[in-house]
Amino acid sequence: MSKIIVITSGKGGVGKTTTSASIASGLAKRGYKTAVIDFDVGLRNLDLIMNCERRVVYDFVNVINGEATLNQALIKDKYTDCLHILPASQTRDKDALTKEGVGKVLDELSETFDFIVCDSPAGIEHGALMSLYFADEAIVVTNPEVSSVRDSDRILGILQSKSKRAETGDEPVKEHLLLSRYNPIRVQNGEMLSVEDVKDILAVPLLGVIPESQSVLTASNQGVPVIHQEESDAGQAYSDAVARLLGEDLEHRFLEIQKKGFFHRMFGGKA
Amino acid sequence: MSFWDYFRTTKPATAALAKERLQIIVAHERAQRGKPDYLPQLQQEILDVISKYVEIDRQDVQVQFDRNDDCAVLELNITLPEE
Ligand SMILES: Nc1ncnc2c1ncn2[C@@H]1O[C@H](COP(=O)(O)OP(=O)(O)O)[C@@H](O)[C@H]1O
Ligand SMILES: [Mg+2]
Repeated sequence: MSKIIVITSGKGGVGKTTTSASIASGLAKRGYKTAVIDFDVGLRNLDLIMNCERRVVYDFVNVINGEATLNQALIKDKYTDCLHILPASQTRDKDALTKEGVGKVLDELSETFDFIVCDSPAGIEHGALMSLYFADEAIVVTNPEVSSVRDSDRILGILQSKSKRAETGDEPVKEHLLLSRYNPIRVQNGEMLSVEDVKDILAVPLLGVIPESQSVLTASNQGVPVIHQEESDAGQAYSDAVARLLGEDLEHRFLEIQKKGFFHRMFGGKA
Repeated sequence: MSFWDYFRTTKPATAALAKERLQIIVAHERAQRGKPDYLPQLQQEILDVISKYVEIDRQDVQVQFDRNDDCAVLELNITLPEE
């Protein structure tokens, strides 16, 4: 039996796709057979972040419609052996994701994979609902900013009422908060909500804090999920989040202003 | 006051305000969750019916919806004016 994890947020541009790529890669790096699915029909991007955009032949909707088999559509990851990517369709519309169709694909993936990571589109419309419907766990990606926090709470409400687990009265979807684009300097200046503030408001267990980091941009430029940049702050923060997801108890890092070392100041760091 | 302090004190700590506003709106929206969306209209129609017989204000009709494990309770509380 595999575990289905949705990466969701309500709001767009908060770091869902960045997170999906890194969490899926991190699980695979540890040897878990992992599939990551792009649910953003019409706005495919996970392929770019994972550097497989030129190898897409068939997509998620093709599989749902029986136009391709799952094996034909799954793309083997460049960096990690146990990881496969199922790209979104760039041309169809979101209604192509039927509940039956998505359920069938997830069932088939469950036979081979330990983890299925679902990258949700923004919003609370059909595509977003389909990506969270079958989830066992949810990583709610939130930026320390008013609209993102409110939208996250809205998504939490939807997980608690519209997911399959909620509908069937099963054990609720396990919720995790992932605070991303965190800037300790701005927090110290009183301009940005702190980790504690967001935890107080949402009351969801904290999976990790990803700092606002230049390395995320350079990683996406190259098509390497940032978790592979092991020297970078964001990469390390994602590795910690993966460890916590697997049950390890690690202290949160990067919550304080990073004191740059002498060499860092002299020559500039990559992080 | 030094030159730098000047900059520091003119920057209000807006994060505290953001937190306060979010706590209020999130509490409000969580309280609304799972309630049927016909409640405001139901309240209005009850008000209309009663107004045919007695003069009352909107706030005299309280509609409360609660759901527990096995049933939902709709509680109506109508305050009539004193004679
Ligand atoms: N920790 C971070 N630091 C800096 N930039 C980030 C971080 N996380 C995401 N970004 C940037 O934010 C933008 C949106 O990220 P993305 O993962 O595509 O969000 P979403 O999938 O939620 O729309 C991208 O340009 C990405 O590079
Ligand atoms: Mg995205």
